[in-house]
Amino acid sequence: MVTRALTRKLLRDLWRLRGQVLAIAAVMGSGVGMLVMALTTVESLESTMVAYYDRYGFAHVFARVERAPERLAERIRSLPGVQAVETRVVRPAVLDVPGFEEPVTGELVSLPAREPPRLNRLVVREGRLPRPGATDEVVLSEPFAKAHGLVPGGSLRAIIDGRWRELRIVGTALSPEYVYAIAPGALMPDDRLFGVLWLDRDALQAAYGLEGAFNDVSVSLLRGTDPQTIIDRLDELLAPYGGFGAYARSDQTSHWFLSNEIAQLRTLATILPTVFLAVAAFLTHMVLARLVAVERSEIGLLKAFGYGNRDVALHYVRFVLAIGAIGVLVGWLLGSWLGLYTTRLYAEFFHFPFLLYEPGPRGYVIAALVSLGATLAGALGSVRDAASLPPAESMRPPSPPVFSATSLVGATGARALDQPTRIILRQIFRWPGRAFLTSAGIGLAVSVLVMSSQWLDAVDLMIDVYFGEAQVQDVTVAFAQPRSSDVVRDLARLPGVLTTEPARAVSAILRAGAREQREAVQGVPARQLLSRVYDAGGRAVDLPPDGLVISTMLARILDVSIGDEITVEVLEGRRPVVRVPVVGTFETYIGSPAYMEIGALSRLLRERPSVTSVHLRIDPARREELFRTLKTLPRISAVTLREAAIRTFDETMAETLTIFVTLFIAFAGTLAFGVTYNSARIAVSERGRELATLRVLGFTRGEISYILLGETGLLTFAALPLGCAVGWLLARITVIGMETELFRVPFVVDRSSFAWAMIVVLLATAASALIVRARLDRLDLIAVLKTRE
Amino acid sequence: MARESDLPTLRARGLKKVYRTGEVEVHALRGVDLDLMPRELVVLLGPSGSGKSTLLNILGGLDTPTGGELWFRDRELTRSDDRALTRYRRDHVGFVFQFYNLIPSLTAVENVQLVTEIARRPMPPEEALRLVGLGERLHHFPAQLSGGEQQRVAIARAIAKRPEILLCDEPTGALDSRTGVLVLEAIERIHAELGTATILITHNAVIADMADRVLVMGDGLIQSERRNATRRRARELTW
Repeated sequence: MVTRALTRKLLRDLWRLRGQVLAIAAVMGSGVGMLVMALTTVESLESTMVAYYDRYGFAHVFARVERAPERLAERIRSLPGVQAVETRVVRPAVLDVPGFEEPVTGELVSLPAREPPRLNRLVVREGRLPRPGATDEVVLSEPFAKAHGLVPGGSLRAIIDGRWRELRIVGTALSPEYVYAIAPGALMPDDRLFGVLWLDRDALQAAYGLEGAFNDVSVSLLRGTDPQTIIDRLDELLAPYGGFGAYARSDQTSHWFLSNEIAQLRTLATILPTVFLAVAAFLTHMVLARLVAVERSEIGLLKAFGYGNRDVALHYVRFVLAIGAIGVLVGWLLGSWLGLYTTRLYAEFFHFPFLLYEPGPRGYVIAALVSLGATLAGALGSVRDAASLPPAESMRPPSPPVFSATSLVGATGARALDQPTRIILRQIFRWPGRAFLTSAGIGLAVSVLVMSSQWLDAVDLMIDVYFGEAQVQDVTVAFAQPRSSDVVRDLARLPGVLTTEPARAVSAILRAGAREQREAVQGVPARQLLSRVYDAGGRAVDLPPDGLVISTMLARILDVSIGDEITVEVLEGRRPVVRVPVVGTFETYIGSPAYMEIGALSRLLRERPSVTSVHLRIDPARREELFRTLKTLPRISAVTLREAAIRTFDETMAETLTIFVTLFIAFAGTLAFGVTYNSARIAVSERGRELATLRVLGFTRGEISYILLGETGLLTFAALPLGCAVGWLLARITVIGMETELFRVPFVVDRSSFAWAMIVVLLATAASALIVRARLDRLDLIAVLKTRE
Repeated sequence: MARESDLPTLRARGLKKVYRTGEVEVHALRGVDLDLMPRELVVLLGPSGSGKSTLLNILGGLDTPTGGELWFRDRELTRSDDRALTRYRRDHVGFVFQFYNLIPSLTAVENVQLVTEIARRPMPPEEALRLVGLGERLHHFPAQLSGGEQQRVAIARAIAKRPEILLCDEPTGALDSRTGVLVLEAIERIHAELGTATILITHNAVIADMADRVLVMGDGLIQSERRNATRRRARELTW
């Protein structure tokens, strides 16, 4: 039975308790907001991705090969389960962008000469595709063109087959293959330093001597086909022509990063909202329990008038649902805004031609159900208490709480404590469960902050280790094909080059028993000075004269340890298959690399010493001169600059992490504020009489504030170490949860992060304490004392 | 200059108090003059709504008058701010209310210590409790004491600071007559032993017999005043 009078009472109660209602709604809103944000962002990223892939024919299986005859395409097409096949010529190239000092890495990709591409179709953003046979026309990837202000009608130069070629820009485009456009070997995408260039197929075939042949193939599958069977068949077909091993869409770089990001968002959607909603449930419980206690006699009166237990229960359930509804509404608004914002942020990071941000009702409904459920669960106990109060009993005041002299604050012991302190301690020991939950709520705010700053700490550490200790070369020059190691001497003679260090990467499949992994074996000097094999624990790894030194991740993938043998199936040159012992392991954050001493690798390959890249340390004063020279050298496929990499890393981190850390501070602040505000307000309500008595006895406002806020303060201080510990644990769980074969985040929480988290929470607590303190000044001494308890 | 004992402990002139609740103005006090002399025990009688509690609260520094003057010895309380009034309550005034307002989380002796810890020249808390006849129940929590016992703890708490003024607002209002007499005996004993100037509000006319002076309030004014030639002992009172 819902009467108009009860509804009016409900609304007035909500208005009277608006501070607490809003504090709960804010905490709940944060949780709902995060949930809605994560769910809608995941939803929009996924639907955008699926639609993009679908409309533009993103392939399912990819393979590189040295040189395969075009007729092989027909055989691939006839494999059962294959829907479409696209062969291409794909080559790396060094680019010279007018007005840009540093050499740029480009990927040259062929477009079919006389027909539209069947797979990985381009979204032309400006201009048009190259005309068939137009060997100097190029379409640029849009982000790269934008980063340099290149537009159709302009031009740039590329080294194609060892010769500088002037290319005319006829258009810009996006491709589902390069949603996440990252240069090979780079840590972060940088649109200034990496670009994709689409050219007419005939032009590229002629330039690289690949007439009637291809070196790259993409395959789309019929629904329900297992990619692995196609991968196996492709490997068989391509092996005689120098296949580098086929791989599925899930291993395609761009797609991998995109799907990994979505997976991380999913993790975010589970852990954090749970914390906030649990705290909101607890706060609702506290407020409702107090309300029922205050309204004892009103409940008795209602029952005396003939309202049933169910009516009373329903009344309080409606009260709780109203709070929940406000929280959900706040969360929906916040979540929609955040969702749109983060989706846009992702859209900038991932290059989509369109964005499907049409958040369906799913995310909102899930968030609402979860949070209303949590609040109701929190309210259950108090609602039951209200419903089960016998009317006669509820008209009498509750019996006074029975305190006891606990061992800690006994009547005789602890003489040193003054009375106000005893009041605080006895209050805590009288309701230990509530004290614990309050402390836990505040602690969780600390935890959320510790957990979020772990990301910053981890990134700092990675930068420090990666760029500060491991990768100390200034420039890396890479070649498309292995070059004789004489080239190292040539590079050493270039202007400004101080030191050189060779490296040789070989594509291979590593096998141990039934397990296998496609992984380049990297040959480097036994003791490296510039690009070092570096253990995550902070130690440079020297390579023994023979055998493989592998990352622990690779050891785990292959289930091998030191002393075991790995079968190395080389995918280039003479394609030898050899068994090599594992002689060492080391810890890495990125990838699953395998190293060998460069001489030993040459012997294994049965070839003369060769290199695929050379690391340089240079004289900064002669940098420009060197860059100019490097741009004139043929056969270089890429030039990577450490400084630029650090710059990109810093910029990206500054952009994205700062925003998220700010958000987390706001969320955690809300959490701490909500908990302390509510607990202090309830304390005022419960102990108004006590506090008024003390004022009458001559205690000052400051002194009674001590009694009231001392409890909150004590619980806050207890919460700090607890929160740090739980935050450490949460950080640990997320780090493990987000670990992948390709990327691991080091687990590290700086001492300053703990301090920082505690300071933010203390500030939020202090703010709520000040607000409640202001209420004490309005305490009506007389009114309180003249009424019966 | 007059000696301190000649000065009234409290001197009120033309005290007015107007409450505004919404659009209604309530004149609780319409100009009260009152002198409370040292060692004097005054009983304030009157029906409810006559203004006696308002007067007591203003005298005790819990409330401020809308008009008139109030002096504690040579200090004008009507010119004091909140901080000074707190100081006044802390050092000079003891309050006893109808509802005992003990701190439930503190034992009897601790409730008294609450005051002795902040007072300038308190008596030992145990002594205060002995004065009200509760020397045996020092370490009981309020929930373990009867109503009369709780009220006596409240009295002990009020006088442990050796206040110059003891203000009791219906101290026996919530008690049966036998327990009420015990509480009045405690007040009487303290008045006798410490010489505290005491004002006691009641609407029980019988209690007026234990006073030096009886004031009857009505409609915000002191309507009549009488002196008892002899005071009756609290023990002899029945109602």
